[in-house]
Amino acid sequence: MSLSLIIKREFNAKVRNKSFIVMTFLSPILFVAMGALVGYLASVNGDEVEKIALYDPAGVFTKDFKSDKKTAFTDLSKLPLDKAKKEAAENYEGLIFVPNVADSKELVNKVEYISNDSPSMELVDKIEDVVNDNLTKQNLVKANIDYKAIDAAKTKAEVKLSKFSGEKSFKWFNYLKVFIGFGFGYLIMMFIIIYGNMVMRSVIEEKTNRIIEIIISSVKPFKLMMGKIIGTSLAGILQFLIWAVLGGILLTVAMGFFGLKMGAASAVSPDMIAAGTSKTEEMQVYITEILTLPWATMLLSFLIFFIGGFFLYSSIYASIGAAVDSETDSQQFLLPIILPLMLGVYVGFFTVMNDPHGTVATVFSMIPLTSPIVMMMRLPFGVPLWQIALSMAILFATFFGVVWFAAKIYRIGILMYGKKPTYKEIYKWLKY
Amino acid sequence: MKPILEVKNVVKQYGDYTALNSVSLSVPQGSIYGLLGPNGAGKTSLIRIINQITMPDGGEVLLDGEKLGSQHIKQIGYMPEERGLYKSMKVGEQALYLAQLKGLTKKEAKEQLDYWFNKLDIQGWWDKKIQELSKGMAQKIQFVVTVLHQPKLLILDEPFSGFDPVNANLIKDEIMELRDKGTTIIFSTHRMESVEDMCDHIALIHQSNKLIEGPLNEVKKQYRTNTFEVGIAPTNFQHLLADISTKYQTTQANFKTLDDELKLQVALPQGTPPRELLSYLMDKGDVTYFVEKIPSVNDIFIETVSKKN
Repeated sequence: MSLSLIIKREFNAKVRNKSFIVMTFLSPILFVAMGALVGYLASVNGDEVEKIALYDPAGVFTKDFKSDKKTAFTDLSKLPLDKAKKEAAENYEGLIFVPNVADSKELVNKVEYISNDSPSMELVDKIEDVVNDNLTKQNLVKANIDYKAIDAAKTKAEVKLSKFSGEKSFKWFNYLKVFIGFGFGYLIMMFIIIYGNMVMRSVIEEKTNRIIEIIISSVKPFKLMMGKIIGTSLAGILQFLIWAVLGGILLTVAMGFFGLKMGAASAVSPDMIAAGTSKTEEMQVYITEILTLPWATMLLSFLIFFIGGFFLYSSIYASIGAAVDSETDSQQFLLPIILPLMLGVYVGFFTVMNDPHGTVATVFSMIPLTSPIVMMMRLPFGVPLWQIALSMAILFATFFGVVWFAAKIYRIGILMYGKKPTYKEIYKWLKY
Repeated sequence: MKPILEVKNVVKQYGDYTALNSVSLSVPQGSIYGLLGPNGAGKTSLIRIINQITMPDGGEVLLDGEKLGSQHIKQIGYMPEERGLYKSMKVGEQALYLAQLKGLTKKEAKEQLDYWFNKLDIQGWWDKKIQELSKGMAQKIQFVVTVLHQPKLLILDEPFSGFDPVNANLIKDEIMELRDKGTTIIFSTHRMESVEDMCDHIALIHQSNKLIEGPLNEVKKQYRTNTFEVGIAPTNFQHLLADISTKYQTTQANFKTLDDELKLQVALPQGTPPRELLSYLMDKGDVTYFVEKIPSVNDIFIETVSKKN
């Protein structure tokens, strides 16, 4: 009875807040807008043509440095070296300097790139490629090997991916899966931080308002804490569901735009891309592939992992809120919360991309402090049900252990005013 | 009067610090009971135990003869010293929430709220947020949410702090009315004037121990010193002054009269009846003032606390 009252109040307090409404409906728009902006900026960045000067009096590489959309090479070999350097320093990004040597073999480590700013990795790679190609060819010619035959003999393999269940896949979809998994993992982290902070703020508010004493003269502190956590998590779930619905609408619109129907997954095969299809068809394949991801498992798991992870973290958030008198004092205690979350995101990102079912990724998707994030990242690659279930079980079991400690700190903390407690004092509270 | 609340040998410790050292109290039904003590004496610790906010480490508390349990939450109303309400929540919504937490149904809560809002003439505040109200207005709301569920036992911690005189009087009248209807009220305070005015029982807690407890008059009788304040217009001023100081222990007294008579405070030896002093004085001139000096709660408080220190 009183628990549901508290849940209702907390939920209403969060949902009726203007910032919740703004966040829920504005942030997807902001998110899309930001993606578009980043895309646009990246394309603008690439539009600029880099002007590079070349000084190669022997003309070893003159033919090899071909200008393209991104870089324009200008041969300054006719000028004397000092003038060429001066000219390059003033009007060019940099100068590729090829010294005059007796045997062009020596050039392998004598070509220099002189510039004011550090060159991009891409440019350095390109110069090295040109030098390597040229010198390799010369070596082959000297050894009387027909390099054209070698070129012709080279193959370019492309592994086609499929599952034992018969579904075909495409290697770029792995990046798509990483992207989607990372998105979910990141979302869970953000939700835990944002809503955990809300729980903490609401505890601090009650404490500084001093209403806490009135409330806990009516209900047990544990009930109040749990009501707060549940109420806030419901607000989070509502926000997520709204986003899921908005995302679904967006996807439907996108599918309509590219002329696809739900369940048309088998209509497009990866071969179509391999066969060199148009942009629209490529999009169709991507959308189709997105649809073949285990969405039901992912959405359901998101909810369960969010609830588990959120309960776990927010009970710690609540006890921190109870221990301090103001939000500024909370910083020191927040670090141990943020750390495992960040660890989850980074470990998840690098190990899952590498091998979604590797040992590290699997272990971190079981450790309760990181499992909500890492497991969500692994899910698009398909995770055995028993692993998901085990991970959830560990998560919830840990929650029950942690909430016991958190409730003790909370119970004492809400009635303590004055100086910020130390970790040692908080440890003492556990024994009261 | 049978006690509504009995505190029996309650001990509360925080680590090495003893906040309550085997404190026992007995609060009679229908009384206004003053719980006095300097800051840090242990009053708040005791009140929190009665409210079941914290558990005692020893001893027990009985309400109506029953050991304190969750069923009693509804029967106690508590207004802490540090007042607090949700600042951004509407008055009506908030009061409903707090009343429902105390176990009232929404309908009951609404009826009670209508009654109190009408009584205090604050119907217009229902949709206002606490942060839009003045401090005094918020205090009224605080009082209303404390009594909304018609508690048998009302615990008020420094009830008048922060109230302007008009509102303090209003709340005082409401408290008296509640008492007349049968509510028992515990007052925790270090403001002695309000105790003098309203309380019929007092207890003094100092340094985690109870030092005094009893009906106000009884306590005062214990602390009376057989001292009288007298005003006299003597026939021979010098003679009286010289003579009385040989017979009794006197000091200058300070009280208001219309004329410029001699004002003395006379301490009679224990057992000496006051009429002896009066007949002595009547021989010496016109007696205009003769009153036993009754110790104020303030005097008792200061005397006991400083004696203990």
